[in-house]
Order: sequence, then C-alpha cells, then structure tokens
Amino acid sequence: MPFQDWQPSCNRAALVARSVLYRDIRAFFHDRQVLEVDTPILGCAPVNDPNIEPMATRESRWLHTSPEYAMKRLLCADSGDIWQLCKVFRAGEAGRRHNPEFTMLEWYRLGFSLSELMSEVAQLVSTVFAQRWPSLPVVHLTYAEALQNYANLDLATASDNDIQVLGCGLAGGNLELSRDGWLDIIMSHAVEPALPANTLVFVRDFPASQAALAQIAISPNGQAVAQRFELFFNGTELANGYFELTDADQQRQRFQQASALARESRPLDERVLAALEHGLPSCAGVALGVDRLLMHQLGVNAISEVLSFDWSRA
Amino acid sequence: MASYSTNEFKSGLKVMLENEPCSIIENEYVKPGKGQAFNRVKLRNLRNGRVLEKTFKSGESLEAADAIEVDMEYLYTDGEFWHFMATDGSFEQHGASAEALGDTIKWLKEQEVYVITLFNGGILTVSAPNFVELAVVETDPGLKGDTAQGGTKPATLTTGAVVKVPLFINIGEVLRIDTRTGDYVSRA
Repeated sequence: MPFQDWQPSCNRAALVARSVLYRDIRAFFHDRQVLEVDTPILGCAPVNDPNIEPMATRESRWLHTSPEYAMKRLLCADSGDIWQLCKVFRAGEAGRRHNPEFTMLEWYRLGFSLSELMSEVAQLVSTVFAQRWPSLPVVHLTYAEALQNYANLDLATASDNDIQVLGCGLAGGNLELSRDGWLDIIMSHAVEPALPANTLVFVRDFPASQAALAQIAISPNGQAVAQRFELFFNGTELANGYFELTDADQQRQRFQQASALARESRPLDERVLAALEHGLPSCAGVALGVDRLLMHQLGVNAISEVLSFDWSRA
Repeated sequence: MASYSTNEFKSGLKVMLENEPCSIIENEYVKPGKGQAFNRVKLRNLRNGRVLEKTFKSGESLEAADAIEVDMEYLYTDGEFWHFMATDGSFEQHGASAEALGDTIKWLKEQEVYVITLFNGGILTVSAPNFVELAVVETDPGLKGDTAQGGTKPATLTTGAVVKVPLFINIGEVLRIDTRTGDYVSRA
C-alpha cells in the first residue's frame, strides 16, 4: 500500500508532552509579565547570516529563520518585554537533530544583562526538565575556557595554523575553512561531546568574529569578545543568546559584511535597520530550540520522534 | 559518473573517497546555530573493510562508486580465477582473483552462494555466508565414547582450511563452521 508514511513520526505521548510544555512556557512568561507576541512568518527580507539558508516563496517573500528582526522592530516601538513561540524555517537543515521546519522560543528582556538572561534561561529549562531532572547543576564557561579544558587549545595564543592542524585531525582532512570554520569543527567534534552530562552548560564570550547581532566587549584579559552565550545540554545546543547590539551604524556594517559572504545576494532588511536608527532599548535576547527540549524531556535520540510529521512525512 | 551531495548521503550509499570505493555506514548532520554546517560521515572501504570517519562541509559532493553487492554461486576455479555466477537468473559470470577472494578461499564450496561486491564490472570482494558446511579430509582417528567432554584436535577440510574439532570427529564427516570466527559449530 502506498503512503504508509501518512502516520505521525511521533507517538501520542510526545504530542501530549508538547502540549504540556507549551502550557508550562506560557505560565513561565505570564508569571514574569512578559508579553506574548505573534509576528509574520513571511517577510520581505530574509535573515542576513551567511550560515543560515532561508527559503523563498514565489511571491518574493521569505520564510523567517527566526522572529528576531520583527521582534526587534516591536522593541523599538516600545513593546516592552516580549516572547514568542513560533515555527521557523532553514533550508537544508535536516538530520537526526535537525528538521528544516522547527519550533523556536524567542524572548527579549529590557535592561537585562547577559548574566541575568542566562539565569532566566536556566530557570526556564530547569522548570520544564524538573520531572526528569529534579535539580540540574549549572556550569558557566567562557568560549576560551571550553577550548582550553576540552580541546587543550589556548585560544589567546593559538595561530590560525595551530587551529587548522587541530581541526584537520578532528575532521579527517583539510576542509579549507576559515579560522571560525575550524573553531566550529573543534567545538562540535571535540568540545560539545566532552561537556559534563546532565548539566546546563553556558558558554559565553564568543570570538568577536562570531558576534552576529551581539555587542562586542573587551574581556578581562584584553580580548575582544562577543557578548553572546550558547546553552549546551547532553551533547546538543539548546539556546543562543545576545546582549543585543543597539548601534544602527554598526548593525548596517555587520549586515553588509555578512551579505558579502552569503552564497547568493539577499535583500537587506531596511526596516529593522530603520527601527534600530529610531532606537532599540538596551536589552538581552535569546532563542531556544523547543523540539530539542522535548527530545531531552522524553529521552529520545531523533527530532522526528517529537514532531507530529517530520520533514520526510510533512 | 553521477555524484552525491552530502544531503543525499545515507547508509549503504557507495561513493568514491580518495580513489577508493567506500560504503557509507552513518551520516550525521552537524550545524552550530550560528556556524558552518558539516556532515560527519562514517564509511567502510569496500576493498579492505577498514572503517574511517571523515567530516565534509555540507553541500560538498562525492562521486558515486560503480559498486553493487550481488549474490553469486561459486562454480569452479581454473587455477588463476575463481568463477561465480549470479543467482538472479541472469547467469552473469565473473572471475575473482586470489586477492579479491582473500580469506574467503578457506570457505569456498561449489554451489554455495556468496555475497560479491562488483566494482567497475569486476569482483572486488567475496564474502562467505556466516555458516558453511564442509567435509573433513584429514584428522586423527576419532575416540569412541568421547562425545561431549572437552579436548580438541585439528582437522583439515576439503578447502584446505584447518579447524579445531572435538575428538570424536572422523574423516568424511561434514561439519558446520562459523566463517566469521573459523570455529566448529556442529556436525552438519
């Protein structure tokens, strides 16, 4: 019989777990008086990040890869603290832990420092994980400490060649990558698998070259670092947060640099730049992968097991 | 020849890597949220069976290897080649060199079916079934009454392979052998 795959890719327990998780998330932000918002999925301009591939529609619109730009426009229009739970779309991101259409939780907190936001992320994740892990230890590392501890690499003194040699060994060959590309190899092949298990591991102070939309600061040892964090849990990346860049000129420069690196030209989102020129209040924001939260809650290995219909059945 | 992009990689796909035919065992997509996307791939070299791990940038491609696995029955040897015939009704025949045959020569029996890897139209490797039944051509005389107690002796099979067998086994008996370990299993 054809189309045996009409059936869901997850079981009913996963449907129930997702429903409960959404309720818990709503309660979490309701208690903190953060406003739930709903922004368009189809916009006139795509994401600017050259490592993220957006999907276009025939109407010359783009499916959003995160609600970031629209939410920042709300913040610039005095929305106050906001959060959103939505589907986002990234071309080509299919694998055991990736589905090109996935669910993202994104929120912004006015006047929060990066540390305050990390602590709120830890509270949220601990709350939704409480049934499986009644108490979860939290570990904070800088990007440099993570490389030092788990890949024996001193980022401050390592030359591009040192990083490439280490990366080639891990990748089994020369992939002809940039310094940041090789660092991605080292992080994903050596560091992430070695991080302590059953622990919320926050890695912060990324290299300035990986700042994306985060502010750059000078670390205590004199390095320029991005005020950005990622949360890792049991071998997966769960969340990515920024102390948000508010300077419109710098943002335009970063957009233009990123555009130059993208495979095909993408229109610039002039509206988010105009909003930043109007003024973004000082804030910190974070995006969290909801499907991966569910994978950990349910102890499953594949993202398909938490999706009603995964990419192959959608 | 066709080529496959990383997003088409899946278990069992045959590809060329550094001029060697390989079969993909596992393919894991790795993508830091803000970083470069990679595929971490585990492959088996079809010629020597070695397993290797290699990371590719997502979107890269590898040339397809003209390699397939087929069931073929062993027919005969002419001293230089060992000839096999497809069991799918095509009667297609191929000769394997001693190198392609490798250790499987120890378990070769006429009319037995083997898994043959064909690469560029020739036999690359020959895999024996997990169990084969072969007759003993030489061993010390069997000891009466010793049917279950320990103790083994060497026995030479029709293929020339020497296996350890229980003391009660006699010349002419047909034995079931586990080809993966070379161990005697039972009388056939």
